[in-house]
Amino acid sequence: MRREEAIGSRDAEPSVTPVAVSRWSRTASAFTGACVVAVAIGVAVPYVIGGPAEQPLITLLTFIAVATLWNLLAGFSGLTSFGQQAYIGVGAYALYLVAEHGINPFGGIIAAAAVAAVVALPVSALVLRLTGGYFAVATLVVAATFQIIATLSPSVGGTTGVAVPGLAGYSDVLREALTYWATLVVAVSSVAGVYLLVRRTFGLDARAVGSDPVGAAASGVRVGRIRLLAYLVAAGGAGAVGALIALQTLYVEPTSAFSIQYSVDMLFMVLIGGMATIEGPIVGALVLFALQETLSAYGAWYLVIVGGLAVVTTLVAPRGLWGLASERFGWSLLPVGYLVRQPRTGTGRRGHDRE
Amino acid sequence: MTWVNAVIQGLLLGGLYALIACGLSLTFGVMRIVNLAHGDLAVCGAYLGLVLSSAAGVPVWYTLPLLLPAAFAAGVGLEVLLFGRALRHGVLAPVLVTFGLSVMIENLLQVAATADPRGLNGGALALGSFHLGSITVSWLFLTTFLTACVVLAGLQLALSRTSWGRKVRATSDDLDTARLVGIKVRPVFASVAGIAIGTAALAGVFIGTIGTFDPLTGTNILIFAFEAVVIGGIGSLWGTLAGGVIMGVTQVVVGEINQAYAVLAVNLVFLAVLTVRPGGLFTSHQTAGEIRGAGIGGALG
Repeated sequence: MRREEAIGSRDAEPSVTPVAVSRWSRTASAFTGACVVAVAIGVAVPYVIGGPAEQPLITLLTFIAVATLWNLLAGFSGLTSFGQQAYIGVGAYALYLVAEHGINPFGGIIAAAAVAAVVALPVSALVLRLTGGYFAVATLVVAATFQIIATLSPSVGGTTGVAVPGLAGYSDVLREALTYWATLVVAVSSVAGVYLLVRRTFGLDARAVGSDPVGAAASGVRVGRIRLLAYLVAAGGAGAVGALIALQTLYVEPTSAFSIQYSVDMLFMVLIGGMATIEGPIVGALVLFALQETLSAYGAWYLVIVGGLAVVTTLVAPRGLWGLASERFGWSLLPVGYLVRQPRTGTGRRGHDRE
Repeated sequence: MTWVNAVIQGLLLGGLYALIACGLSLTFGVMRIVNLAHGDLAVCGAYLGLVLSSAAGVPVWYTLPLLLPAAFAAGVGLEVLLFGRALRHGVLAPVLVTFGLSVMIENLLQVAATADPRGLNGGALALGSFHLGSITVSWLFLTTFLTACVVLAGLQLALSRTSWGRKVRATSDDLDTARLVGIKVRPVFASVAGIAIGTAALAGVFIGTIGTFDPLTGTNILIFAFEAVVIGGIGSLWGTLAGGVIMGVTQVVVGEINQAYAVLAVNLVFLAVLTVRPGGLFTSHQTAGEIRGAGIGGALG
């Protein structure tokens, strides 16, 4: 209190109400603890339950990874790419190529991520010139071009595709367990990586760029650099996911590697869960996983429902399920902003202002 | 002579691309919406033509007096139900809403019409051709090209000469000022959406008569339309025609060498234009700046 008084007297102004700024909470500590426990249980799954639990969990973890990465791009930085399947495909083919050269396929996941990020660098120079819907369709064109290039390359099997080599030495049980663990590592590092990234100044800058690039540039944010970083991280992550998908299916083929279905899934999960939060894409991944498990027997109707829910959510609840919940109950399990509290005064009121 | 032939066939094919693209160009120019369901709506037009023409047992051309008003009404309906609402939620919402719409349409068509490829009955017009020296010109392709020219010229005239066109241009230039001077913006948007979907459906009918279509053709149509718009430059309808012709000629000439590389070459031309002149080849500086938007990013980043 003494310090505020000192400042107040020097500036000859009434003393400023002192506020406490926090970036963390007890709930956040408890939730992070719960996450650590959940991951530890996740690591033990192949020992305890084995195969039957691994397959659905791999699907769920892949959903969480792609949704979180797309959220970094579209939710935080305002870059709605519908062409992330370009890097999923590049990752899958990169995994095939490194495995072909005798590198361990599981180690090849890192190489696949690196290759995808390197490929994204020249592409970003083209597509980041555009914004909004034009950016969206340009990324779609890039993905379509990559798919054509893959079909025209005999060295990767053209239209028929190629089987992933270098896995003959593993028993089925071990291979599936290793794929599961690798997926767990990619999903956890995507969520943790994006979380730590957006808690830095980058997060604030990215949200400024996403909501108003001109305003952000005027306040000194380096718009181009923020967009580039988000684009490269998302591409690298998509490359790792592509490598994982190749390891699960053991086969890489252009139509499925560059399928636009990946973009449909990403959009749906992030919209339903809530853009520009860390929890939202995870909620969205759980919703899509549940929908897929219950409705996939209905074939095309499942996707009609997915598309319809995406439209309705955008119009009715643009902040998604998690946005609704956190608005209503004040939940914030993984805070990315700043909580500003006024100390309890006579009225005992407490000001909330995240951000 | 092979090359002259390829260029002429490409020119005619370019008309089709321009016809697909003009609706996309119009909705972006006026409403600032990139309609990601544009291609799927064109495919819907083709399916509607299929249903009507096989029900009546006539070539698809006779169904146009029914089909085009239906498509116009669908466009107005979409504006009222989706686009107008999406615009109120900022710049991202229209992108997300139209992508969701695209997913819904593609899968509803799969449910309703199965994934089998279909073609439309184009009657005698689809089969006839005439000779120009040693070059054979199909009546169908010539009709497509001329239709595209008539539609583009009609739109251009309507935009520059009529009071409707003045309202559209004012809305496109500055929405808030247009409202201030008393233009009712919603009917302008509704009519623009109606015309855009109408031209998409017309293009869909030509696509279905020239080749085949299935429920998933829409994404490719969208990509072609988008490429024509960007190559030609936003806001310039004649630029869109030029963009379509550049694509058509590239596709047929490269296809003459190796069919497998034809579409790849078109995509590469598009990416090359994006690199050299991101605003398109035939556009003014102002519109180029608007679509880029990221210009400031380039300057500061």
